[in-house]
Amino acid sequence: MSAVTTPRSFQEIILRLMTYWSGHGCAVLQPYDMEVGAGTFHPATTLRSLGNKPWAAAYVQPSRRPTDGRYGENPNRLQHYYQYQVLIKPSPPNLQDLYLGSLNAIGIDTSLHDIRFVEDDWESPTLGAWGLGWEVWCDGMEVSQFTYFQQVGGHDCKPVSGELTYGLERLAMYVLGIDHVMDMPFNDPASPIPLKYGDIFRQTEEEYSRHNFDGATTEMLLRHFEDAEAECERLLAFPAEDPKTGKRIIMAHPAYDQTIKASHLFNLLDARGVISVTERQAYIGRVRALAKKCADAFVQTEAGASLGEPETVA
Amino acid sequence: MPDLLIELFSEEIPARMQASARENLKKLVTDGLVEAGLTYEGAGAFSTPRRLVLTLTGLTGQSRPVREERKGPRTDAPAAALEGFLRSTGLTLEQLEKRADKKAEVYFAVIEKPGRQAAEIVAEVLERTIRNFPWPKSMRWGAGNLKWVRPLHSIICLLGDEGGAHVVPMTIDGIEAGNTTGGHRFMAPARFPVSSFDDYAAKLRRAYVMLDSAEREAHIWNDAQNQAFARGWELVPDAGLLTEVAGLVEWPVVLMGAIGAEFLHLPPEVLQTSMREHQKFFSVKNPKTGRIEGFVTVANRETADGGATILKGNLKVLSARLSDARFFWENDLRVAKAGMGEWEEGLQAVTFHNKLGSQSDRIARMDALVNDVAPFMPGLNIDAAKVAAKLAKLDLRSAMVGEFPELQGLMGMYYALEAGEPESVAAAAREHYQPLGPTDVTPKALVSVAVALADKLDLLSGFWVIGEKPTGSKDPFALRRAALGVSRLLIENGLRAPLLRLFSAAAQLHVNHGSAASWEGVPADLLAFFHDRLKVFLRDQGIRHDVIDACLAMPGNDDLTLLVKRAEALQAFLGTEDGTNLLQGFKRANNILSQAEAKDGVEYAFGAEVKFAETDEERALFAALDAGAAAIKPAMAAEDFAGAMAAMAKLRAPIDAFFTAVQINTDNQIVRRNRLNLLHSIRALVGQVADLTKVEG
Repeated sequence: MSAVTTPRSFQEIILRLMTYWSGHGCAVLQPYDMEVGAGTFHPATTLRSLGNKPWAAAYVQPSRRPTDGRYGENPNRLQHYYQYQVLIKPSPPNLQDLYLGSLNAIGIDTSLHDIRFVEDDWESPTLGAWGLGWEVWCDGMEVSQFTYFQQVGGHDCKPVSGELTYGLERLAMYVLGIDHVMDMPFNDPASPIPLKYGDIFRQTEEEYSRHNFDGATTEMLLRHFEDAEAECERLLAFPAEDPKTGKRIIMAHPAYDQTIKASHLFNLLDARGVISVTERQAYIGRVRALAKKCADAFVQTEAGASLGEPETVA
Repeated sequence: MPDLLIELFSEEIPARMQASARENLKKLVTDGLVEAGLTYEGAGAFSTPRRLVLTLTGLTGQSRPVREERKGPRTDAPAAALEGFLRSTGLTLEQLEKRADKKAEVYFAVIEKPGRQAAEIVAEVLERTIRNFPWPKSMRWGAGNLKWVRPLHSIICLLGDEGGAHVVPMTIDGIEAGNTTGGHRFMAPARFPVSSFDDYAAKLRRAYVMLDSAEREAHIWNDAQNQAFARGWELVPDAGLLTEVAGLVEWPVVLMGAIGAEFLHLPPEVLQTSMREHQKFFSVKNPKTGRIEGFVTVANRETADGGATILKGNLKVLSARLSDARFFWENDLRVAKAGMGEWEEGLQAVTFHNKLGSQSDRIARMDALVNDVAPFMPGLNIDAAKVAAKLAKLDLRSAMVGEFPELQGLMGMYYALEAGEPESVAAAAREHYQPLGPTDVTPKALVSVAVALADKLDLLSGFWVIGEKPTGSKDPFALRRAALGVSRLLIENGLRAPLLRLFSAAAQLHVNHGSAASWEGVPADLLAFFHDRLKVFLRDQGIRHDVIDACLAMPGNDDLTLLVKRAEALQAFLGTEDGTNLLQGFKRANNILSQAEAKDGVEYAFGAEVKFAETDEERALFAALDAGAAAIKPAMAAEDFAGAMAAMAKLRAPIDAFFTAVQINTDNQIVRRNRLNLLHSIRALVGQVADLTKVEG
């Protein structure tokens, strides 16, 4: 491992992760352009973990959890935050070592810290997905989620993808020694115009907290949920052959976009407090049904197929 | 005699699975070896987060040759029978022997299995063990098909004796068994070869791995106690946490720290729960203040700075967690001090069950049910109980319980006190969830008991009214536990309540809410459910099932306190000589009488008359029954079952003498009928206590 140097800002940590995973062969993707609850929802993870084509991608994904809004006051909780996501299929045998190398890269000296892999089985009821793995603890703090995907959208993952998710704010606060997220330097503090996390996000946290808890129109959200659900099913009901081009074009990704929408609308409705405990299950079940249909469709496509012998990485 | 060393080296095995994995490894491998004809002298199994290890000593070098003879069909049997026999033995016709057997000639198969080398057997058994290992959850990884708890990286399979050690050749899913392993993930990651178990354990220790979980536990516990002691503190024992923590580390390093002063005013349960659940910290108490003031964390490595960085990091995380807890506590206190109205209102929006309404509907029903149970609870302060019923569930809306659901009730108690409620009301918030099982304590304070009854009666009647009773292993709302809870609350507090009436009252509230159109059939069905649960409970308390059945057959069986009193008296009585003999006398009388009644088509309940008595024994029985009736009646009226049975015991001698001396079925029909009527008196008198026809023996 190279000598450990401490990064100076939030963005430097992101840049170092980019460089690290790029150096280990991942395609560095950009965030998905939709509101999602976690980096897992990016089709580069959900859909690409299906089928037997090898895959390696890393990206930052802005994530939204409307119920976690605290008006920017809580030192650790945000309704909008960033996840760093790595997905490699098939999971390489040295994935744990690669992961530990990434901690080193962002300034965590593993000879001084206590890193542990603590059982945490991951399950996403909305995606019909589960996997086994750990939460990774650094000195008692959860810094990442490490999962071997077993099933996504009701389909067995063959081969298995290894997924790493870093909660970027929390990790960066730890590395930079910051107690309140809003005080964290976003760019280099020595920059001509130093910006803190709060300079960029305090106001939006306030605005969205108010929006999520009190502002959003629930009737509209409910209607949009129904619309997204119907549209997803409609898109998947098209015959595979496109009459215009004569090509086989299954609209798996556009349909999946509607699933993402439905999921986020559900999260907003939840934050507005209009979903009861029992209704919750029903809504989650509806989103899951969409995710499964999208997965069913994606495995019929070229990118998601499992044709021939499982391919191996050279 | 070789020794065997097996190590299955993987990514981190969940702590909670390690103990049973050790046992399973030992059992599956040794069973397999023994089944294949090997023996061994000693076995030891070990685990760390990254390895499962088995060592066997004194293994036999090869299995004994086995000669097996199997008898087949007769030589003149149909061809199909012969074919089947050949198939099952794997032999050809020429290899079979013909032998004379009694009358016919029969085929015999003689199967000789030569002894096999231990290595060959070990390889087979280990592969089978790995492929069929009973992990609670297992997974695939990469492009392989093998399943293990987490990715399996290497296998040691080593047979050794004085002459040296050699690797047992085997490969599973591309992993080839060898003789190397890795040390501590961070402190000594290099792989190294080993030659025996002793060599393995010694080299692991040098590579910062303590192989034995018991040693890790002892090390953690001793070190933690010493550190606490040095500071004048006391470690709070937590055996479950100790085992878990020992399963998270290969090289335990104990670090102790102090909780920030700004958190010390939090309830001790909150500190303990937060530290245990989130951080896997032990709590440390200051005996001088009686408060939890410190914590112990266990790291998995030594560091150049003596753990300073690690402790600092852990403190930071703890502060963040406890800041959350303090935020919840302070927020909750504000609501509590204002009378908890905010939570009361909030619970209107919380659905308890889509058919049974919101949590506040449920609270209103509990409040109403307090009125129904109150008449059967002499001494109950009904006003306090109604206040308690309204408050007991409010903490469900508190931030603290939202974060730590296991603190429900306990927080309710703290908050009720903050709201200025009396202790009895506050205690009910905590105690109304009890008893949580057959061994949990049952509340004794009447206010708590009243709310606990109302809570459980509402729960049970609700799910019965909407037809969602527990089935098989499915009991998501713990209705079985609730039914036993009601029973124990009544019995252990000596409360005399007619359950059918309470069930009807509770069910009516659900009908009023619109959960169902009617509650018809619910009370009787629910009572049968209660009786089933009670039977199991009483059987565990040593009450015979037939005794319970005999008492259940009596009227008033929805009064469980009475039922148990009756059953206990009957069981005690049947344990005496008088009791067993009286039972025999009763059964004899009942048998004769029942047969005669069946035959004659009448019930001999006309009353026997002493004037038709012919013998002294008969007259003596008349007198004894009169005296018995006189004594039993007041005893029964006072529900003094023991007294009634003691009076019945006096009937034993006259009944025995009567049966010895008197023939019931005489030719004189008047005398016969009178004697049958006399037997009826015995049955009626003795049958007041219980339906003895249901008692065995």
